[in-house]
Amino acid sequence: MRLSYPDSIRIIQVPCTGRVDVIHLMEAFQRGADGVYVVGCLEGECHYLTGNLRAKKRVQYTKQLLDEIGVGGDRLEMYNIAASDGPRFSEVAREMDEKIRALGPSPIKTMLQKLHADDLSIHV
Amino acid sequence: MNPKTPSKLEKILASGQLAVTSECGPPRGSNGDAIAKKAEMIKDYVDAINITDNQTSVTRLCSLAAVIRLKLMGLEPILQMVTRDRNRIALQSDILGAASFEINNILCLSGDHQQFGDNPQAQNVFDIDSMQLIQTVRYMRDEGKFLGGDDLEKSPQMFVGAACNPFADPFEIRARRLAKKVAAGVEFIQTQCIYNLDKFELWMKQIRDMGLHEKVYILAGVTPFKSAGMAKYMKNRVPGMDVPDEVVKRMSGVDKDKQSEEGIKICIESIQRLKDIEGVRGFHIMAIEWEEKVPEIVEKSGLLPRPSVS
Amino acid sequence: MIVAERKPLDEIIGFIKDCKKILIVGCNECVTVCYAGGKKEVAILASALKMAFLKEGKELEVKEVTLERQCDQEYLEEIRDIIDQYDAVVSMACGVGVQFMAEKYQSMPVYPALNTLFMGGAEEMGVWSERCQGCGQCILGQTAGICPITRCAKRLLNGPCGGSTQGHCEINKDLPCAWQLILDRLKALGRLDDYDRLISIKDWSTERSGGPRKIVREDLQQ
Repeated sequence: MRLSYPDSIRIIQVPCTGRVDVIHLMEAFQRGADGVYVVGCLEGECHYLTGNLRAKKRVQYTKQLLDEIGVGGDRLEMYNIAASDGPRFSEVAREMDEKIRALGPSPIKTMLQKLHADDLSIHV
Repeated sequence: MNPKTPSKLEKILASGQLAVTSECGPPRGSNGDAIAKKAEMIKDYVDAINITDNQTSVTRLCSLAAVIRLKLMGLEPILQMVTRDRNRIALQSDILGAASFEINNILCLSGDHQQFGDNPQAQNVFDIDSMQLIQTVRYMRDEGKFLGGDDLEKSPQMFVGAACNPFADPFEIRARRLAKKVAAGVEFIQTQCIYNLDKFELWMKQIRDMGLHEKVYILAGVTPFKSAGMAKYMKNRVPGMDVPDEVVKRMSGVDKDKQSEEGIKICIESIQRLKDIEGVRGFHIMAIEWEEKVPEIVEKSGLLPRPSVS
Repeated sequence: MIVAERKPLDEIIGFIKDCKKILIVGCNECVTVCYAGGKKEVAILASALKMAFLKEGKELEVKEVTLERQCDQEYLEEIRDIIDQYDAVVSMACGVGVQFMAEKYQSMPVYPALNTLFMGGAEEMGVWSERCQGCGQCILGQTAGICPITRCAKRLLNGPCGGSTQGHCEINKDLPCAWQLILDRLKALGRLDDYDRLISIKDWSTERSGGPRKIVREDLQQ
């Protein structure tokens, strides 16, 4: 289909969104991600039955935590897209990209850049 | 049943006449005249007056001070006492304090949970429960002892009452629960407001089947509705209250300005019907912030004149 | 188990705002089982605190450790060699663990990361509720195995009160009436007659009222 998605997005593959834990989402932000979204299968169609439903709840929990820290829970989202639905995947990617751009850089990333201007090990 | 205390209420009940009690809530402030004023309105129409103890957990002038005021006016007060706010030391101490002013009636209650009041963050005490408070007063009166076992000088001469809600769940044990209070030593009961008379009759039958009506004086509780809104509120919001649909419908069916009149009418009709139930020994009229209507209710229910006893 | 939950982040940050290096110590017992202070929660708290500090332009160094038990002298010894490198300890144990930690390391500030709530169990995944208040003189034998001291909002020993409505407590419709539960179980056991017995006034001296409690077992002492 040759559909494109913004090059600001880095994909991390997991066998099932049920594998995604709160700490994984937190660490992404801690390392300077401006936004994170989890893409799971459609609800009711999880190969492992409830993996995507668990992920949804963990995303909710992490959103609250990010709000508490002041990073902003709205930088984190969960989407459910059918594995065969390339156009929707591409659409969501653009939607998320636009949303995060509108929110601006994460305060964590800004500070990391300020404190470690010459440290190449931090990719942001 | 022969009277065991100097209580006027007990004497009237023992004489076989229907007793009438009512209640006054103390003010939310230190104006003691407020309580005297309420009592003045009803004193010639009732035999004894309950003073509530921080009802619904809203902080008010204390029931002990208020009953003393009534006593000094020459009236017959009933001291309500809840176990929510005082431990056994304070309860026994307050009982003695009341007895020193010849307060001869006490109503033993556990009390509403503090969550409903103005200090939901308060600790509650519940060192003992209402049944155990009944036992405590009886023990102090009849054995002349403190709970700790020491003798007390001049035992409190109190006629011991408790509340009873025939409508709370589970209904099947409500009569057995009263039996427990009787076993604990209760001598008179004031019931929760009765609107569902059919259910109350059913409960009274259970009471008679267990012979409890011979062991404890039961005063049927009634509360007139001021409005259809109040009827709905009582039905939907007050825990343990049983207001049948037809009563709400009857209240809603009349014009707004006639609703309070209708409420009084329902109350009087209820009393008339309750009079015929074997085992009902009197009435407890709770006209909430509407004390001025008590005389009318008592009069129109045919409960005048009130007896005098020596 | 002892059930706890994490304090609001702001409160924890308030304790350690002037620190540069902290030690977050989890506990492998109760608080791990109730997902409040185990290894996983230690990692999440560490990450959250680091980010909260970064946001303010400060870097916080955090060492994560999870001990087998914090209410046990032996396991607390495991951090003796490293503890002095830190400005403070944030303990993710229950209130018992926090205090044992503080008693053991006299000169080290120790802060609680959790609010300790109650002794209870998991009704289902993610739902915990209270079952025992440690009154020191168990009455479950008289109440069909259901504790009215813990589960009745008025801890009535001779309930139910007049507020019991369709099996629920008057203070909260989601709360079962303890005395309804007791009656249901007495009935199931064919022992409803037990209800007719008055439970006598309780001796609370073995409860909190009697002062801090202690057990000494000479047969076990060394």
